[in-house]
Amino acid sequence: MYVGKPVKRVEDLRLITGSAKYLDDMVLPRMLYAYFVRSVYAHAKITEIDVSKAMLPGIVAIFTGRDLKDHCGPLAVESVYKGSKVPVHYPLAVDEVKYVGEPVAVIVGEDRYVVRDAADEVSVSYQQLPSVTDPMEALSSNSPLVHSEFSDNVCFRRSIKRGEVEALFNNSSKRVGIKVKIQRLAPSAMEPRGVLAEYDRGSERLTVWASTQFPHKLRTWISTSLKCPESSVRVITPEVGGGFGSKLSHYPEDVVIPYLAMRIGRPVKWFEERGENLRSTTHGRDMIAEVEAAVDENLRVTALRGRIIADLGAYNHTHTQDNPILAANMLTGTYAIGAVDLEVIGVFTNKMATDAYRGAGRPEGSYIIERLMDRIARTLNVDPAELRMRNFIPPQSFPYRTPLGFVYDSGNYEGALRRALELVNYEDVKRLKSTVRDRYIGVGISTFVEVCNFGYQSSYVKVEPSGLISVYTSTSPHGQGEETAFSQIVADRLGVSMEKIRVIHGDTDTIPYGSGTAGSWTLTSGGMAIINAVERIREKMLRIAASRLEARVEDLEMNDGRIYVKGTHDKYVTFEEVASIAYDQRKLPGGLEMGLTATGFYRPELTFPFGAYIAVVSVDPETYQVTLERVVMVSDCGKVVNPMLVDGQIAGGAVQALGQALYEDFVYDKDGNPLSVSFADYLLPSATEVPEFILDRTETPANNPLGTKGVGELSTIGLAQAIVNAVEDALWKMGAEIVETPVTPQRLYGVLRRRGA
Amino acid sequence: MSSSKVNIIRFVLNDEPVEVLVPPTEILLNTLRERVNVKSIRYGCGEGSCGACTVLVDGKPRLSCLTLTISVDGRDVTTVEGLSKDGELHPIQKAFIEHNAAQCGYCTPGFILLLKALLDRNPNPSRDEVIDSLSSNLCRCTGYKNILEAAMSVVRRR
Repeated sequence: MYVGKPVKRVEDLRLITGSAKYLDDMVLPRMLYAYFVRSVYAHAKITEIDVSKAMLPGIVAIFTGRDLKDHCGPLAVESVYKGSKVPVHYPLAVDEVKYVGEPVAVIVGEDRYVVRDAADEVSVSYQQLPSVTDPMEALSSNSPLVHSEFSDNVCFRRSIKRGEVEALFNNSSKRVGIKVKIQRLAPSAMEPRGVLAEYDRGSERLTVWASTQFPHKLRTWISTSLKCPESSVRVITPEVGGGFGSKLSHYPEDVVIPYLAMRIGRPVKWFEERGENLRSTTHGRDMIAEVEAAVDENLRVTALRGRIIADLGAYNHTHTQDNPILAANMLTGTYAIGAVDLEVIGVFTNKMATDAYRGAGRPEGSYIIERLMDRIARTLNVDPAELRMRNFIPPQSFPYRTPLGFVYDSGNYEGALRRALELVNYEDVKRLKSTVRDRYIGVGISTFVEVCNFGYQSSYVKVEPSGLISVYTSTSPHGQGEETAFSQIVADRLGVSMEKIRVIHGDTDTIPYGSGTAGSWTLTSGGMAIINAVERIREKMLRIAASRLEARVEDLEMNDGRIYVKGTHDKYVTFEEVASIAYDQRKLPGGLEMGLTATGFYRPELTFPFGAYIAVVSVDPETYQVTLERVVMVSDCGKVVNPMLVDGQIAGGAVQALGQALYEDFVYDKDGNPLSVSFADYLLPSATEVPEFILDRTETPANNPLGTKGVGELSTIGLAQAIVNAVEDALWKMGAEIVETPVTPQRLYGVLRRRGA
Repeated sequence: MSSSKVNIIRFVLNDEPVEVLVPPTEILLNTLRERVNVKSIRYGCGEGSCGACTVLVDGKPRLSCLTLTISVDGRDVTTVEGLSKDGELHPIQKAFIEHNAAQCGYCTPGFILLLKALLDRNPNPSRDEVIDSLSSNLCRCTGYKNILEAAMSVVRRR
């Protein structure tokens, strides 16, 4: 059996020897390079674009927004809530730019140098328009309008009311509120985005290689924008160097590059520069929340009310609207809070769009409620662990319907927290707060829940006459290790060794339509789609074997590459023999169709992984430098197929959360100029910043045959608030109320100075 | 900017002599990727902040995005393509598999080379020395935990 074991990754050999092929490694004969000229203003009219000086030797073509408007249709927006305003978003700006970094023209040439040189010679005349970058200012009645076709900058305003909130607040014994500003983050996959397209006029086929998480959806979006039949487009994903939600949108380059390949009749490649990636690849988070809790005399939180304001940037990207709505819908977290009154406002500003970033709304929802729970505990002088224990949804209450409409499948939040308290030595650590004199010590808790498995998946499985197995999956990985995990699952189901299995992904010509990879859903939804196909293959193989062995199907078992009559060692046929019979018309038993293939789909059911994380920090009283002294993470992602892969996801996600808590900040100045346009300004954690994590798990199975829930986003959803809570705890006696993140020394100094500490 | 003036540059790449004709402004990253077809070194930022383009020049880590190709004339350049000998993986590569130190793999060759340079110079570094030597490169997937564990496993085995 492979499932449950830390099987080494089958992906690794090509990665560690350097043979893996990413987008920019692909070179096609006669290939051209593209470069985009981008807006340097946050808001401006384009009065003229003069390309005459840019037609350098080696330049093949230059197109502006006006040139492409009638050929490259608007970009896809998939999440549109009722009553929301959705601006039309052309791949290249037509007449007006709305954020710095918005593409206004594209240059195509013979090499990557000449197109860059030509970009400097394109003269774009702008007439600057008033811009707005602060979402609160954007909401005021005298704010400049991001989109003049709308009456204000509100994309959507949604009221979510459940239960008797007002009465519960009136009857509460205490009310505690919190304000948090969750900063804008740049997902920063190490491989930037890229697109390569080739058009074959003879067969009228467009092949697009893209560094994307969503190949099938990208095919749909490209065919819609270019008004060509979906069957004429093939999207292939090579090795993808990280995504984290930033590679699942429909981007301008995804349309323009295929169009150029069709129009020019030569392959065209575009590979993003880091500065472009930071400016013009979707950002994450950027929400301001003010939420108040009603607390009764038994320290039970009975109701929440408040407001979440999300800075959406200038345009809606594919799933932009989902993030604040999902943050709101997960706001009650792990607690039995029955009443909620929330207003969620999505606001346009002259910035790059926000969209999914690892967790996509769930980190924000979890951050808000967990910061609030710790604040309640500190304000009322109760232990934050004790407060949580009193408010958890009890283990016997599952499935549990939250007032916001989700039905949590299973969970044991108390169990996870007890384990985390034990691992961190909670009582000892609390004592340190008074015994350590040279630094301020703080402890922060986060007990959180995630929702995942939103998208359906497909698979196609074929067993060749030789007995070798190919598994095609509609999930599309970028580091998750699914080739390994899926091989483990299939090997166990068919009783063969993993070496016989090859997992294939990222090709819309060979794989049935599916949702790609995001939302912590690969293992459960992708895995179940595979199991559904494998079960049909298994059934057929058992029928063939039954005929060969003159036994009944129910008396057979698949094991060690053989199909045995149960309880015997010598009555068997080999897996290969059965596979070959499936393709042998003389030997195949009557009534069975030739071949050994199956397609499987999985209609997903939501799952709810959770965890209890505790951070211990020290703060230097002179420099306000925050040091993570200990981090304990007890995660519950249901059944575990490969603990090594799970731990890898948890550790990686945790360091992204650490970046959010302490380092990363995508900043615009008041004129809308992005200031975080290199890794020297946008600080990703390096090996030096990483503490020793103590990782542990509890296991509460989900209601699917795999029993798995999901793990990809779990620690990014859970950890940031534990760290910020710990910093606030360390400095609480000095009056520190942390509103903004990252918690940099400068920011802490400011917080304390305002308090006169 | 491509220039008409080209220089003949000779260096040793993974024990093989290489000769290229390059303009004086060409960076080693592009020479290796586009002229010599060595794809394991990768563009991540183009300004020396991420280390995805790390190579070893005479055994020392160098950022190939900030290295002019003309500056490696007569030198010894190593990439991960040159680490496994006769199909046998280098101990650091083996440790990366053993400890799940790669996820998307984009930054992985750079980290492997950093460690090789460190261990060739100092076969028995402390954990802090290992962390210090890894801190020049960025990884967005692993959180560095398993890279560090892979590194320490090689140190312990020595």
